[in-house]
Amino acid sequence: MAPTRDPLALTIADLRGTARRRRSELLMRSIFLSAAAASLIITGLIAIALVGEAWNFISRVDLAALAAGGWFPRRGMYDIPTILAGTLLIAGIGMLIAIPLGLGAAIYLAEYASRRARSFLKPILEMLAAVPSIVLGYFALQWISPNVVQAICPGGASVFNMAAAGIAVGVLVTPLIASVAEDAMYAVPASLREASYGLGARKRSTSVRVVVPAAVSGIVAALIIGFSRAIGETMIVAIAAGGTGGSLFSLNPCGQGQTMTAAMTALATGSDQVRGADLAYPSLFFVGLLLFAMTFALNVISERFVRRVRVSY
Amino acid sequence: MASIGSAATTSAEAVRRGISGRRMDVAGRLFEGVLLLSLLISLAVLVTLLADVTGRGMGVFVERGLGFVTAPLSSDPGRAGIGQGVFGSLMLMLIVAVVAFPVGIGAAIYLEEYARDTRATRFFTANIRNLAGVPSIVYGLLGLAVFVIALRSLTGPQVVGRSILSGGLTLAIVVLPIVIITASEALRAVPRGIREAAFGVGATRWQVVRSHVVPYAAPGILTGTILAMARAFGETAPLIMVGGAVSFLSTGDRGVLETLQGKYTTLPTSIYQWVQEPRREFVELTAAGIIALLVTILLVNGLAIILRNRFARRW
Repeated sequence: MAPTRDPLALTIADLRGTARRRRSELLMRSIFLSAAAASLIITGLIAIALVGEAWNFISRVDLAALAAGGWFPRRGMYDIPTILAGTLLIAGIGMLIAIPLGLGAAIYLAEYASRRARSFLKPILEMLAAVPSIVLGYFALQWISPNVVQAICPGGASVFNMAAAGIAVGVLVTPLIASVAEDAMYAVPASLREASYGLGARKRSTSVRVVVPAAVSGIVAALIIGFSRAIGETMIVAIAAGGTGGSLFSLNPCGQGQTMTAAMTALATGSDQVRGADLAYPSLFFVGLLLFAMTFALNVISERFVRRVRVSY
Repeated sequence: MASIGSAATTSAEAVRRGISGRRMDVAGRLFEGVLLLSLLISLAVLVTLLADVTGRGMGVFVERGLGFVTAPLSSDPGRAGIGQGVFGSLMLMLIVAVVAFPVGIGAAIYLEEYARDTRATRFFTANIRNLAGVPSIVYGLLGLAVFVIALRSLTGPQVVGRSILSGGLTLAIVVLPIVIITASEALRAVPRGIREAAFGVGATRWQVVRSHVVPYAAPGILTGTILAMARAFGETAPLIMVGGAVSFLSTGDRGVLETLQGKYTTLPTSIYQWVQEPRREFVELTAAGIIALLVTILLVNGLAIILRNRFARRW
């Protein structure tokens, strides 16, 4: 026997609302969806813009020019090892500074600082993080280079040098590493610490042997993000590392050097000739694609790492 | 050995003393000192930076007062100022606010309130996190290729596309991922119960979002957007790529469209030009420009922190 419908019973159709109401719901939903889609469009545009011109460069350039011993785009020398070495050297110096400072600050803030101490120590890092990189570039050139690098470098250093830029990059990256690593350690549940104390461990052993290993996925992610930020940093190296016109291959931190980012600003500010018939303009996009690929890979690695190692508490 | 007192006087300190028997944990103290030192070094760097900038740049303010803030660019360091730079930067901020905030907040609302947890959604959010990690100079290249060259006829036919509109749109794209991420966090912090209560009385999703979720998340969203603004204000590298560093320009009476399509300079790019000048007067000028930049950015950051503390809500 077929069930008879009770004319007073509510059905799904009754709860769905009027057509007008459904239309306006759909409208709002599509507005928000298109806003979200904008982020995908941007990614697509980056890929198209970079790959198109980079291909234009790579298909027209004499491959010998990519290993010419120096980066002088106006003379047709596009030595990739030069700018890659400069980038990695400066980022390396930066990490040498930022890892101990950032992790030290993170452990102190997460494990040792009292609530009151935190409330005025944390803003120091937040203020440092708010300083724009152009200001740190000025600081590298006008203060770090004459006062610090000249004292460290045996036999003195040039006014523009990679060490000063590297130190300033370290200062820039420190708050980033500290804040990501601190979040990771802060998320470690108190019960782990209490268990450690219960076994008779001291504060230091608890911090180093229990909390840090428990937060390792976040800490490693902090370091990778910091490194990715360091190789993409532009203004500090453009101002303080020298090599605005070009540079020979160099691994001497006391001397001038060229990074991928500084090479790009030099190409863009040189003059409008960057749009001339030569390859300087497409080379800009080739270097940009290289930089994009490197930072993208680092971001993906850090994300994978976090997902694989993370223990959820 | 000290006896452990009655329950009323037992403190963590007394227990600790009782267990350790008054021995000092020297290595532990040393370790703590080293950790604190790493924080103090950061503080010292910040103080040195501020002292150096103030020491060099204050003279310009003392000598010329607000004249420095209003004066236009000039090759004569005695007359050069940041007037045009400040104007350009404020215009850029306006474009960023108009473009990045609605799109960013809209995207966050979609991802947090509408999207189901599917593979496509996860791809969306991963993509946004990756965009936040892309160096800003790469966005400069995007702006160069899209706004300066491809859309030249729209953004600035007179100035080969190197207009304030190109610069503003480029900056808007730079901060968009940050706006989306901070707005998402603010939306996520609103408890489920609020939404469920509204759905329970028959509200549609848009009504829930408009009347319940967004008002509760507004302080968080506001803080995030203000911080994104501060970030955009100091951003230099993408503007160099899209041609923000124009040394001399005339600002006469211009309409809105001509201003948007016209040449411009900004505070950070003015500083970048001065920092490359070896003359001592320009070093002072650079420092003075940096004071103006830092004061603005730190004030805006402070405002964001005050807002955050004032409206912080515990559920």
